[in-house]
Amino acid sequence: MNSLIFSTISRLLVGLMLLFSVFLLWRGHNEPGGGFIGGLVAAAGIIVYGLAEGPAMMRKLLRVNPRTLVLIGLLTAIVAGLLPLLQGSAFLTGMWLFIGATDFDKGLALGTPLIFDIGVYLVVVGGVAGMVIALEEEL
Amino acid sequence: MPAETKPHTDPEATQGIGSAAKTAFACALTTAILFFIAYISQISAISSGTPWVFNAEWVPRLGVELAFRLDGLALLFGLLISGIGILVFVYSFGYFKTHQSHARLQWLLLSFMLAMIGLVSSDNIILLFIFWELTTITSFLLVGFDHESSKARRSALQALLITGGGGLCLLVGLIMLGQASDSYLLSEIIASESPITEHAHYPIILTLILIGAFTKSAQFPFHFWLPNAMAAPSPVSAYLHSATMVKAGIYLMMRLQPSLGGTEEWFYALSITGGITAVWSSMMALRQTDMKLVLAWTTVMALGTLTMFLASDLRIAALAAVTFLIVHAFYKCALFLAIGNVDKRTGTREYDKLGTLIKHLPITSVAAVLAALSMAGLPPFIGFIGKELKYESALAIADQPWLIVAAAVAANAMMVAIALTFVFRVFLGGQSTITRKPREASILMLIGPLLLAVLGLATGIFPDLLAKSIIQPAVIDILGAPTEVKLSLWHGINGPLILSVITVAIGALLFFKLTVVSRAINNLVEKLPMLGDTTYEKLLNGIQWLATGLTNRLQTGSLTHYLTIVFSAFVIAVAVALVYQPVEMDFRNLTPVTPLAALVVVLMIGAAIVAAFSDKRLLSICALGIIGSGVAVLFLVYGAIDVAITQLMVETLFVVLIATVLIKLPRFPKLQGSGKARDFRDGMIAIAAGIVMTIITLGVSLAPLDLTVTQFFEENSLAKAYGRNIVNVILVDFRALDTLGEVAVVATAAMAVIALLKVRVHPQGPHS
Repeated sequence: MNSLIFSTISRLLVGLMLLFSVFLLWRGHNEPGGGFIGGLVAAAGIIVYGLAEGPAMMRKLLRVNPRTLVLIGLLTAIVAGLLPLLQGSAFLTGMWLFIGATDFDKGLALGTPLIFDIGVYLVVVGGVAGMVIALEEEL
Repeated sequence: MPAETKPHTDPEATQGIGSAAKTAFACALTTAILFFIAYISQISAISSGTPWVFNAEWVPRLGVELAFRLDGLALLFGLLISGIGILVFVYSFGYFKTHQSHARLQWLLLSFMLAMIGLVSSDNIILLFIFWELTTITSFLLVGFDHESSKARRSALQALLITGGGGLCLLVGLIMLGQASDSYLLSEIIASESPITEHAHYPIILTLILIGAFTKSAQFPFHFWLPNAMAAPSPVSAYLHSATMVKAGIYLMMRLQPSLGGTEEWFYALSITGGITAVWSSMMALRQTDMKLVLAWTTVMALGTLTMFLASDLRIAALAAVTFLIVHAFYKCALFLAIGNVDKRTGTREYDKLGTLIKHLPITSVAAVLAALSMAGLPPFIGFIGKELKYESALAIADQPWLIVAAAVAANAMMVAIALTFVFRVFLGGQSTITRKPREASILMLIGPLLLAVLGLATGIFPDLLAKSIIQPAVIDILGAPTEVKLSLWHGINGPLILSVITVAIGALLFFKLTVVSRAINNLVEKLPMLGDTTYEKLLNGIQWLATGLTNRLQTGSLTHYLTIVFSAFVIAVAVALVYQPVEMDFRNLTPVTPLAALVVVLMIGAAIVAAFSDKRLLSICALGIIGSGVAVLFLVYGAIDVAITQLMVETLFVVLIATVLIKLPRFPKLQGSGKARDFRDGMIAIAAGIVMTIITLGVSLAPLDLTVTQFFEENSLAKAYGRNIVNVILVDFRALDTLGEVAVVATAAMAVIALLKVRVHPQGPHS
């Protein structure tokens, strides 16, 4: 699509949407959001960019092959599930770190569910973007 | 028939063998030796009546236990499997040498041996079935070892389909047996107080289990796969298709005889099937000229004979079966390996072309002659004792003795003729037409045949080597009752001896008139309706024809067609269910409709009408997008924010994706055959699907809701998973395994879409 306005706006939009998607991913545990929604938002951003600039630029933006992204995502989710096995818990049990916790506040809670969610995010981004790139390239 | 590998190209030394093959061989041999020693060490305990038992839980809910039990019968088979295994592994090492797939063969043989040992040691019937199938699969891989030959592939598939099909019947039979006797442990089933034979399902159980045993042990009419399986290399045939795997069916019948045997059904099923198999296959053996095929058919004969004697629950019949099992394993394996040597060294297995091999292959010939004499049942070989026992038990079986006696004498006479042919036409006498001067096989390939042949002689002269220690415990397990076993060569002049003399006389006559006899058999075979292989071929073609027809009707490639089928099936299935179980609806329980929700719904209805009646693609897609977004807004109205966002994103991406595709296509072409009638039909299906969906949705939302699960999540989300967004906590913590599955589905679907799009279809066709 050769539209200067769309092209310029899309570059702005993609940055914003990627940033927003990470925000959604991060806050997902406590507020509406999460890996799946975040991934969809990121993919939408990338697709808007791709509609303006073409599939080659989408690949450039992603840096890695979408299929690789999907596999990394899947592996991340599985590893997040396997980690608790090390401490003798069942597959996919949540393991947590509370950084800077006090008696009244849990501080910064980081856990394997977040890693799992990042995996979900990557699979969704890679899967959706990969399908659109393939469509754009082949049709 | 060509030799499996080119002779005279292999060096005598073993230095050319790859390290992978050496590793595989070392593993296989070590395992076999360890098992053999373990079995030997158990002989004294088991023959004094103490089985070795091992139990561990596996799938307790399904009654599947890792239950192993080593008793007399298991010991007999275990010794044969591991002992012959050692010899076959060594032989294969010399036989395959630098063959590029040598390592694969050794690993496969090892896997097969382990499966077979598992099969005969399992006490749990489901575990037994699992090992049973493992032997089928390894046999498939071994028969198809030479996978570049289409004949080998066909034979492998045939063996797999027939024994696998029988395996399925066996599974059902075993489960029913387990249900009927309230235990999945063989030892408990056999020791059970209430006999299965009086159970209402006994005929079905018996039929299913016997189909399993008959297919595996190549009984008529399933016998034809075994001669075809001779596409396998000689050591494989020797191991699987004579000494071990095909005996699995025999093992099963021996094992279950105390439980299922002793009835008229058992007696007639086994004696008639076994009798037909034995006589028919010995006739088939007589007409072959390829020595390996001769051996294959005589194996079928042996299996038939064994089945025939297992029909009776007399002590002497069980003794005859066990003894003959050992006799057969010794001579048949030795002969297969010897023929393997002949094939390898001369390049042919046709006995017409071979003669006086003792001059060139002295040790192979000695082994083959000794084994053949045992096969003929001549004294002082153990084959003689085996045959005397067969005749004694045939005479002792009260019902229809002459049928069994006649079958046994006929089959044995033909064995004599075949043995004489081997001895006097191939190894000791006869004219060779091959020009090459073959050399004797390497030592690795001589140990096996020679040792087995000598064993046949030694155990004949000293039958007490086997009688008390190995044969007696096995016979006790078959009978389910204690007994004493004594074996000797000389019984005095009695019925069996007279029958033996008659047998040898007929055999000699057949040998001298072999050309006439085999021509007569060939004429007979041509007149008979073709059985077995042809039927199998027709059945397979029929299945293919049916599948092609169905696929062509269902997979038309038209999306409209698919959707018509899917939605019609949905409407009919749900409508039928609703008629039988109507949904109770109490509209007083409905949530009040807000004005916003009403507005959104009106918008969605409008969009639906536009989508259905528009003839512009983009407009239809956008209208569909509006419907989806409307759903998202409804989610938002009723407080499901996460679901609303997801729905909105999916809807947006859907519109973008579809638009990307459709924008590149021409405008809606007028569909073929579209018209008022078709539009009406599609409209009706759509409306019906809508109505059915509405009823379901109302039914579901009006049903009283169980809030236990919701309460659990509300209470534990923050406390245990440290998250306030319950939806997300469910996704990544409480039900993370579901999410993992879903993510894997997304990944697979994306990969498939990408792969499909990237496929380059060649103008000439999709396969080039």
